[in-house]
Amino acid sequence: MTSAFAPAPLVLAAMFAAAVAAPALTARFGRRSLIGLAALPAAVAVWLATLLPGLTGGAEYRSRTAWAPGLSLALDLRLDVLSGVMCLVISVIGAAVLVYSARYFPPDDDGLPKYAGSLVAFAAAMLGLVLADNLILLVIFWELTGILSYLLIAHRVRKRSSRQAASQALMVTTAGGLAMLVGAVLLGVHAGTFSLSAILADPPGGAATAVAVALLLVGGISKSAVVPFHFWLPGAMAAPTPASAYLHAATMVKAGIYLFARLAPAFATLPFWRPGLLVLGGITMLAAGVAALRQRDLKLLLAYGTVSQLGLLTMLTGSGTPDALLAGAAMLIGHATFKGALFFVVGIIDTTTGTRDLSALSGLGRRMPVPAALAGLSALSMAGLPPMIGFPAKEAGYAGLLAAGDAGHWPAVVMTAGSVLTVAYTARFCWGAFASKPGVPPTRPSRASGWLIGPTVLLVAVGLVLGLAPGPLDRLLQPLAALAGGAHPGALALWHGWTWPLAMTAISLTGGLAVYGIQRAVERRRRLAAPGRPAGVGYRALAAGVDVLAARVTAGTQRGSLPVSLGSILVVLVAFPGGVLAASGLQSGRISVSAEPSQAVLTVLIAAFAVAALRARRALGAVLTVGGAGYSVAVLFVLRGAPDLALTQILVETVTLIAAVLVIVRMPPDALATTRSGVPARAVRVTLAVCTGALMTALALIIPGQRRAAPVSDGLGPQALQLGGGHNVVNVILVDVRGWDTFGEISVLVAAAVGVSSLIFLRRPAGVSRPGARPGSGVRAGGPGGAGGATGPRAADPSPWLVTDAVPRRSLLLEVATRLVFHLIVMFSLYVLFVGHDQPGGGFAAGLIAGIALTLRYLAGGRHELAEAAPVDSGIVMGMGLVVAAGTAAAGLVSGAALTSAIWQVDLPVLGQLRFVSSTLFDIGVYLVVVGMVLEVLRSLGSELDRQAGTATAGVPEPVA
Amino acid sequence: MTGDAFLAGVIGVLFAAGVYLMVSRNLIRVLLGFLLVGHGTNLLLLAAGTWGAAPIVGESGGPAGEADPLPQAFVLTSIVITLAVCCFLLAMVFRSYQLTRRAELQTDPEDVLVEAGPGGAE
Repeated sequence: MTSAFAPAPLVLAAMFAAAVAAPALTARFGRRSLIGLAALPAAVAVWLATLLPGLTGGAEYRSRTAWAPGLSLALDLRLDVLSGVMCLVISVIGAAVLVYSARYFPPDDDGLPKYAGSLVAFAAAMLGLVLADNLILLVIFWELTGILSYLLIAHRVRKRSSRQAASQALMVTTAGGLAMLVGAVLLGVHAGTFSLSAILADPPGGAATAVAVALLLVGGISKSAVVPFHFWLPGAMAAPTPASAYLHAATMVKAGIYLFARLAPAFATLPFWRPGLLVLGGITMLAAGVAALRQRDLKLLLAYGTVSQLGLLTMLTGSGTPDALLAGAAMLIGHATFKGALFFVVGIIDTTTGTRDLSALSGLGRRMPVPAALAGLSALSMAGLPPMIGFPAKEAGYAGLLAAGDAGHWPAVVMTAGSVLTVAYTARFCWGAFASKPGVPPTRPSRASGWLIGPTVLLVAVGLVLGLAPGPLDRLLQPLAALAGGAHPGALALWHGWTWPLAMTAISLTGGLAVYGIQRAVERRRRLAAPGRPAGVGYRALAAGVDVLAARVTAGTQRGSLPVSLGSILVVLVAFPGGVLAASGLQSGRISVSAEPSQAVLTVLIAAFAVAALRARRALGAVLTVGGAGYSVAVLFVLRGAPDLALTQILVETVTLIAAVLVIVRMPPDALATTRSGVPARAVRVTLAVCTGALMTALALIIPGQRRAAPVSDGLGPQALQLGGGHNVVNVILVDVRGWDTFGEISVLVAAAVGVSSLIFLRRPAGVSRPGARPGSGVRAGGPGGAGGATGPRAADPSPWLVTDAVPRRSLLLEVATRLVFHLIVMFSLYVLFVGHDQPGGGFAAGLIAGIALTLRYLAGGRHELAEAAPVDSGIVMGMGLVVAAGTAAAGLVSGAALTSAIWQVDLPVLGQLRFVSSTLFDIGVYLVVVGMVLEVLRSLGSELDRQAGTATAGVPEPVA
Repeated sequence: MTGDAFLAGVIGVLFAAGVYLMVSRNLIRVLLGFLLVGHGTNLLLLAAGTWGAAPIVGESGGPAGEADPLPQAFVLTSIVITLAVCCFLLAMVFRSYQLTRRAELQTDPEDVLVEAGPGGAE
């Protein structure tokens, strides 16, 4: 069945789109926009409700959106009973939380836009998580929920404790998520498919599967705060209360439970599954129950209660019997309703009284009767008592554990003991929040908004209706139980007769009230129980240990001397890869003595330049010598069939040379001088240099003989033409095949350019307007070559050719030539850009050509001429380039034909066939980035150094402290 | 494929000269060494593939005698990134000179503090 479920990908897309729009909406319309946003999850809930009859009948809905067909990547979504229940919880409680949030936050909360976006995005990611039918997709949504949880916990970004709690939660759940990713890949590769339903339908066996499932379980227990990862959840209570109710009670922490329930039918028979989950779940349930009894903060009490309940859910889903799975799903719904409502009530208490400390609250039961009544009903549910959903769910849980036979006896006993604690902390919660306490002045709450009460009523009502009439829920969950074996209609019911589960409920009620009574009696005689140190000692010790280790390693390896630091890297290079290479006994293949005499001559020439650079005494000479080596390398590129490289190399060499000269003329003549080091130090340097060189020569000789597999580039030519739409294979590789790599590389260019300007511009950020450089906009009026120079600062001495600021040794010839060729060069650069897909050229080379045109303007006319030639902020140019490149690449990702280029062809009467390939847009982005980078470098190393030299006395810039 | 003795030789010379210059306290020498090592690396990448006619479909006369385009694509971005890093190093050279009035680097005081142990860096 698909039709009714077909809109599922659109639903997810709409949710994510709403998340993107939410911050702007909230910033514009304030907190009331959250009520509007709640309509979206509410609509999702209605849509899901229409699918419920089908799900009850055991139907399964699927939807598949092709994404990258070549890699068999698709957006596979599946809705069955389990994910349907989760989706309903996510959407109903999501709507309630959004409405509640609209009044929970003060109107002037500046974190609200971020909160709104994160919360809606979280709802979308969580829906994706439970709908995903692909292991990798599941992991992606899984991590997304973790990141959004991080953002929501750190709502108060200025509070250190808030940020620490957020990063702790992120570290713990992400560590588990990484284990899970490894498990998912392992399982998918072993099973031969990443489709979750296919794997579950035909589970693979063997040790690899066992390891993979164990890793998935690690991810699950870290997310669901099961021992030993339980400590992050109480810390996460730094989040705003509605976010805690949503993420850390109702939905995200249930992701692990969902995973257990999803995998249990196929993998519960693995030897570690039942003992592992039952033991860890049992320990969690008991330990967190005890911890909850010691809390004074009502929200923390509920948080430990959540951990305890997650332990119970882990036991139920870990047990894996049909009844236990069914009870787990019912309990999951029950917990979401009662814990969500209780968090809401705590939020109401917090906002109306200003405290959540149970020792400071007194007499609230009489002063806020409605929240107290709602909390009372929820407390009944939490304690597992009628008429609430908690009662039938817990009864079914006992029955489910006992159904495992002898192996189920001790878990049922543990669950009873845990329930005793649950009843005890529930009673303590009610006493702490609402009772009148002798010696504590009565609390005087302000009036609670109806927008806070309404969502609470909704959740309590759901719990009450399901508790009074569990029949429909029982029928809905039967298909889930059927997955794990025989279904058992009527497992969820109000009355099963005089059974063990009923006895256990009675024991937990009387035992819990007894524990509560004893604790109160002790507290009355001594003092109020206090929380111990927050859990997670091991985590904090580990984090502190990593810090200490990092400091020691840094102190041991970074001794403050650049040559020593660089040298140690090179020693490692020579010793380890070099040693391994020597030990491997690999021999070079056949060695030819240069295939072409011209290549041999060039190599000798390059080597001569390199050696000459060693002997240079003056900086300028050394730079020119190294430049000579670069130009010779360019010629070698031509001879070896790499015209693209040659073109780029020549241009790069030119720009490098000019940039180096610009800096070196500002340095003293002896800039290249070094203090003579002693003979031993020089010997070490020479040895290191010779060893590195020898290693590289050996590599160059050995690598060509070691090819085992066919080159990746075999047959790339026809594919480049057919799929990439270009004749120039190198360019197609750059802008199409590895477009995202190239994107990373142009990002490096931007980073370096920003680095250059931040090192040079010391007084203010780099921008287009330099005070004094552009007096008014009149300069532009004259056009690049016109008489606009008259408005320049040196108006008394204008150049007829360029807007020069009178460079001391001005060359009229250069000015005239620049005037003549500048536009030609820019046009040529555009030509090189657009032919680059078919002939040598492309964005890099074209950008450099345009950059050289700008350089010419600067050299001929100085900084004002440069400002005139490029009256734009280089940062904007680079940013646009990045946006264009990323946009082109990303458009390919989402267009349904990921990783391929679109090719448009038009036949025009006069011009003939015009062809435009989408990756040309990418190349335009590259072009803009390179132009922006050269411009930024010219502005920094040229214009700004000129300016600094001009303001300082005697042409030497002032040292800046 | 056969190794090319001359090409391998010049790669070694470029690396040796570059490393010798880089292991210096003079930042301009470091920069020059970086450029030479960059040339050496580009040639080493290129030496890993075959050479021949330019890899342009329809002009090279079939893939048989064509140069391997893959190393070329790597080298192309490497060349441009070398330019960017070189400009950054130039800015660093100048800034260092502006601050210290020396062409040579001194021992980094921050590292001395880290070495002094926790608390020393505070």
